[in-house]
Amino acid sequence: MNAYLLLANGMVFAGKSLGCPGTTLGEVIFSTGVVGFQEGLTDPASYGALVAQTYPMVGNYGMNDEDKESDSIWANGIIVREACHTPSNFRCQYTFEEFLKANGTIGIYGVDTRHLTRILRENGSMNGAITTEFDPADPACADRRAALLAQIENFNAADAVAKVTCKEAAVYNEEGTTHVVMLDYGTKRNTIRCLTKRGCKVTVLPAFAAAEEVAALQPDGILLSAGPGDASNVPEIVENAKAILNLGKPTFGIGLGHLVVAAAAGVPTIKMKHGHHGANQPVTDLSSGRTYITAQGHGYAVDSEKLPAEVGTVAQVNANDGSCEGIQYKCWNCFTVQFNPEANGGPKETEFLFDRFLDNVNTAKEAK
Amino acid sequence: MPRDMSIKKVLVIGSGPIIIGQAAEFDYSGTQACRALKAEGIETVLLNSNPATIMTDPEIADHVYIEPMTLEVVKRILDIEKPDSVLPNLGGQTGLNMSMELARSGYLEEHGIRLLACKPETIDRAEDRELFKETMDKLNQPSIPSEVVENMEDALRVADEIGYPIIVRPAFTMGGTGGGICETREKLIEIGTNGLRLSPIHQILVEKCISGWKEIEFEVMRDSKGNAITICSMENVDPVGIHTGDSVVVAPSQTLTDKEFQMLRTAALDIINELGIEGGCNCQFALKPDSFDYAVIEVNPRVSRSSALASKATGYPIAKVATKIAIGYTLDEIRNDVTGTTSACFEPTVDYIVVKYPKWPFDKFVYADKSLGTQMMATGEVMSIGNSFELAIMKAVTSIELGMETLTLNTLAELDNDALVERLHVQDAERMFCVYEALKRGISHEVIYNITKIDWWFLDKMQHLADLELGLAACNGTLTEAQYKEAKQYGFMDKTIKRLAQIEELPCEPLRAGYKMVDTCAAEFAASTPYFYSTYDSDNEAANFLEKKEAAEGKKKKILVFGSGPIRIGQGIEFDYCSVHCVWTLKKHGCETVIINNNPETVSTDFDTGDRLYFDPLTPESVDNVIATEKPDACVVQFGGQTAIKLAKHMDEIGMPILGTPADSIDEAEDRERFDELLERCNIPRAPGRTVYTLEQALAAAEEVGLPVLMRPSYVLGGQNMIVAYTKEDVIEYMGVITAHVDMDHPVLLDKYITGRECEVDAICDGTDFLVPGVMEQVERTGVHSGDSICVYPTQHISRKAIETMVDYTGRFARELKVVGLVNVQYAVAGDDVYVIEVNPRSSRTVPYISKVTGVPMVDLAVRCCLGEKLADMGYGTGLYPTAPYVAVKVPVFSFEKLHGVDTQFGPEMKSTGEVLGIASSYHDALLKGMVAAGYTLKTPGKASCCIFTVKDTDKPEFLDIAWQMRDMGYKLYGTAGTCAWLNKHMIPCNLVRPISGEGPNIVDLLQSGLVDYVFSTSARGRDPRRDSVKLRRKAVELSIPCITAVDTAKSLVDCLRSDHEMKKVDLVDIATLHR
Repeated sequence: MNAYLLLANGMVFAGKSLGCPGTTLGEVIFSTGVVGFQEGLTDPASYGALVAQTYPMVGNYGMNDEDKESDSIWANGIIVREACHTPSNFRCQYTFEEFLKANGTIGIYGVDTRHLTRILRENGSMNGAITTEFDPADPACADRRAALLAQIENFNAADAVAKVTCKEAAVYNEEGTTHVVMLDYGTKRNTIRCLTKRGCKVTVLPAFAAAEEVAALQPDGILLSAGPGDASNVPEIVENAKAILNLGKPTFGIGLGHLVVAAAAGVPTIKMKHGHHGANQPVTDLSSGRTYITAQGHGYAVDSEKLPAEVGTVAQVNANDGSCEGIQYKCWNCFTVQFNPEANGGPKETEFLFDRFLDNVNTAKEAK
Repeated sequence: MPRDMSIKKVLVIGSGPIIIGQAAEFDYSGTQACRALKAEGIETVLLNSNPATIMTDPEIADHVYIEPMTLEVVKRILDIEKPDSVLPNLGGQTGLNMSMELARSGYLEEHGIRLLACKPETIDRAEDRELFKETMDKLNQPSIPSEVVENMEDALRVADEIGYPIIVRPAFTMGGTGGGICETREKLIEIGTNGLRLSPIHQILVEKCISGWKEIEFEVMRDSKGNAITICSMENVDPVGIHTGDSVVVAPSQTLTDKEFQMLRTAALDIINELGIEGGCNCQFALKPDSFDYAVIEVNPRVSRSSALASKATGYPIAKVATKIAIGYTLDEIRNDVTGTTSACFEPTVDYIVVKYPKWPFDKFVYADKSLGTQMMATGEVMSIGNSFELAIMKAVTSIELGMETLTLNTLAELDNDALVERLHVQDAERMFCVYEALKRGISHEVIYNITKIDWWFLDKMQHLADLELGLAACNGTLTEAQYKEAKQYGFMDKTIKRLAQIEELPCEPLRAGYKMVDTCAAEFAASTPYFYSTYDSDNEAANFLEKKEAAEGKKKKILVFGSGPIRIGQGIEFDYCSVHCVWTLKKHGCETVIINNNPETVSTDFDTGDRLYFDPLTPESVDNVIATEKPDACVVQFGGQTAIKLAKHMDEIGMPILGTPADSIDEAEDRERFDELLERCNIPRAPGRTVYTLEQALAAAEEVGLPVLMRPSYVLGGQNMIVAYTKEDVIEYMGVITAHVDMDHPVLLDKYITGRECEVDAICDGTDFLVPGVMEQVERTGVHSGDSICVYPTQHISRKAIETMVDYTGRFARELKVVGLVNVQYAVAGDDVYVIEVNPRSSRTVPYISKVTGVPMVDLAVRCCLGEKLADMGYGTGLYPTAPYVAVKVPVFSFEKLHGVDTQFGPEMKSTGEVLGIASSYHDALLKGMVAAGYTLKTPGKASCCIFTVKDTDKPEFLDIAWQMRDMGYKLYGTAGTCAWLNKHMIPCNLVRPISGEGPNIVDLLQSGLVDYVFSTSARGRDPRRDSVKLRRKAVELSIPCITAVDTAKSLVDCLRSDHEMKKVDLVDIATLHR
């Protein structure tokens, strides 16, 4: 079956249907990792995205249940050059296409994703649609094309966090000695694992939980998780966050959590041209001077030039483009990072940030 | 940290001659290192005995010593030049070992010289087996059960504990020399004994054999601040058990999930951090295919062959960055040259797949043992880039120059299915083709996997190619457009498609490839470096790139330069030297240069050598594609060896102007009949000869011209399958051999064999005038391939008249062949008489050597001639250039210890893999340096030391004097029956030793006694490894006893042994200042 990718600027890429047929809208982003496709698709932060993989052969090692970072695929669609139908790995349970079908995901293959990436790099990320229902380049389908373009124009994923957050609270590692409450803005499972394997009891709350709910749990520390989109989409969460931060507990923010804390402190966020999506982003820790390779998947950043000195200081920057990658707050016992120290997929070397967070937690505990 | 300003002068140690396991990749890394140092204003001193390299150019380093790479020489250079630091980690194992010796001996500390980039402790922890194991244990990194032993007894005990099969790995040897898999106790005794001997510290590792596990590599870099990154992951298609240098390798890894990938990546970073390496490092892992179990196989704490590959595969300049780290910079301070804007402290990501395919010398060595194991055998490699595995491997097989267009190897078609499956068990150079044949026949993947352990993913991809090939063959002349396009996408060439589908016309216009950029970042950032590869996607980034560039900068004269493909015996690094110099000169003269090449080990495939690099096969179709995008004004074929020359005819056919000598002249020189006409026109004599088709004709002709005669098939020049027939029997045997193997449409050429000296002339011509920088003399007589002969400049035994004649003839050829650029002529000289052997209107093996010793930049001048300049205006004069005040001797170097079953006797077929230079003010001193540099140990006889002589009848008279001199020096002589009797008859005392096939104690026992310093062995017939003489020579190689197989080399060696000169009394020469 033929499938087509229509971009907001009117460009059409023809390919073949992969996964489910139909039409799907989303923000077209490119991701540059050479492994970790399954983790990326099941990362709730990919909600609302049509993810184009720059690596040309996707699914070589297949998919399995263990490496899912949530229950299902959250990306709105997937764009690849070639999907492997003969995967090989000892843990492989499904082919890439089987996995897409099982999750009801619409995809397209046969797209020159490098070409697409170059367009996104030059023009910035833009909305688009994948459809198997008609050929947008066919003059006979001009009306349908116009209609779809209108939909593309209007697409936004402002409801993303509401869609991806857990519906009710859950507790992990009941026996843990340190109690961390995590607000699930769209977390990956591995963030929870990074805490439980360090001996924490983790209570995960839905994203919109109020400060009172958090306080009632008497946490030793609070983690504001990663998730899709920008803080500007979730003013209610930002408001809650202010109150949560004011509880005075050691707090760690990741990804969207980082943007939310900044917004709570009144620091604006900006949309990046095409964001950072991949497993090779260099981040320099300004206090140590060390540069770490990190996994990232975000399209917004904190406008660190507008970060008042009394609020906090930039602690990490991206070594490629200088964008803000982390903030150490002065007004709160809190530090946040834009990248994903929990990895999965991607490099593991910044996992020590969980130790740093737990050090803060333990110091606070002892001080009591 | 910024650069350490106290570093002002650095000694860089190169890797010496090209041998198996240490090839051109270190010219690439050393050249990058020197240029990086120079760019920082640091004075560089270079030591490398290999004259064919780019790094030994006077432009690359400030002081260049092409001298023997011995500890004594390095110390002397340090004394002369007084550098403040030594850079040890970019010159391969040779450079590293030498630096470690310097450091350990305390010499560096004593003289206040710093060792950059690494500490001896680090190197020991990576390379000393025991310390390595301790380090891995400390890091909780699993290693393979093993134990280091220093004698056979312990080896056997450990093997019993671990259980067979086991692997033997000798410590501190490169390319796994002396290692191997042992299934039995007997095999362990054999391999273990050898390994103990070859290890410079007499240590071997006895290790559990985990063959069948996946072999995964990571290239890692780290700086002094502790920033550490991985450049590239690589997965060997062949599982553990076959040396990575002999494995087909893909990058990045394909069958690892993020979990396994990150597990090994983290391990690699932990290892480099623990070892504290500042620079590049290569970590090899074995990964169990059905679990997360893994083991660290090996860590190379230096820039290696794999780093060259990783560099070219990602665009990340590892050697340059490693050098910058060595002089104090940290990764975050270094810019990513590819994007020009982002940091070098990041991890490259790719949006394509790279395949590396080894180039083995087995097409030359038909009798060699082709089986692959833990010891590397490949002389070179090709790399290919595609957006599918299928496309990449198809490009690779068309690049290895075995005449293959797909993975189908025709000879395998003869095997029935059972035999084919049986053949899969053999791990050899043809196994990949064997697997493909099995897939084509529908043999199940399970059967193939169980035997080969080649991952299912690769089998599935190869099955796809097999299906495509079978599909084309089954289309019965009705190929659809869709089928054609699919075949193109996966790498089938038009001519292959036509052949398979048996069609004359393609179903549509031939598809032209488009190009994608290698940019280290999968298009995330705009890249400023034009490094491209072809795909059949519609997008053509190279075309866009050119459009923008030409709109902005206007159009310059654009020249296409062909590289020389994989390094192999007979076509080595010297042609990369020529190609690179050609590019540099073209650039200097305002041209834009476009390089096509497929060899990842070279300087020519550095993205900043030419204006653009196309990393693609050197086939006519591939080149056509580049031409369609680039639209060059002309091309150059004369600098890229035979690989480039082969394209000349095609260029002519498609109307692409060739700069310099026209294609027809190349044909004229190669076609025997036309060549004869040429000689006649030039009025130049050649040895009397005949063209024969049958044995009767051959015998008659031999009688007519008189024995001995030189015989060779007409279809090839350059020494392949050439022999000297001394007797009628030889003629009969050779005709038998050749009629059995060669299509007799091509006649056999039979020429009078001129017993004389062989001379070689390289000349530059501008169409009217010519310049001969120097005349070289081969020490070995005609009959030994000139590439295997010691070569000396200026000539030592040639009359003035003969030299004048050679210069005159060369000029006549040049004019008559309309040579513009380089020409190489080989002559046989007997007294004042000069005969032409062959003429090659192209660059030759000797160009870098003669350029360096005469100071005439030959390629530079040749290119300027190609551009229309006249020699008369270039300041070097015309005719014969004044003779240099130095004598330079080029000595060939062989890799016989790596090539089992290859007869070491010199003959008309070339066997050497590399060369070294000896330069001094007298012939003897130069020869001495050359011999020492080539690794001949010049021994003084001890009390019971002896030599063995076993020479063929025709050589016997000349060996009398050699034997006498050896005896006179104090050696006891031994000879096999014939030789012994001959020597005794001529009053030279010699003892009889029984042959290999004789009862013990025989010659083998004598060799093993440790008393034999030299073996002199020549035999009328060799090659076949079953012969006694070949076995003897092999045995000597295994025992590292110098074995001289040609009479003139033997004389040279004796000269050196007897000369009262010693290496330490011979002046060292800085060739960079020689001609300034």
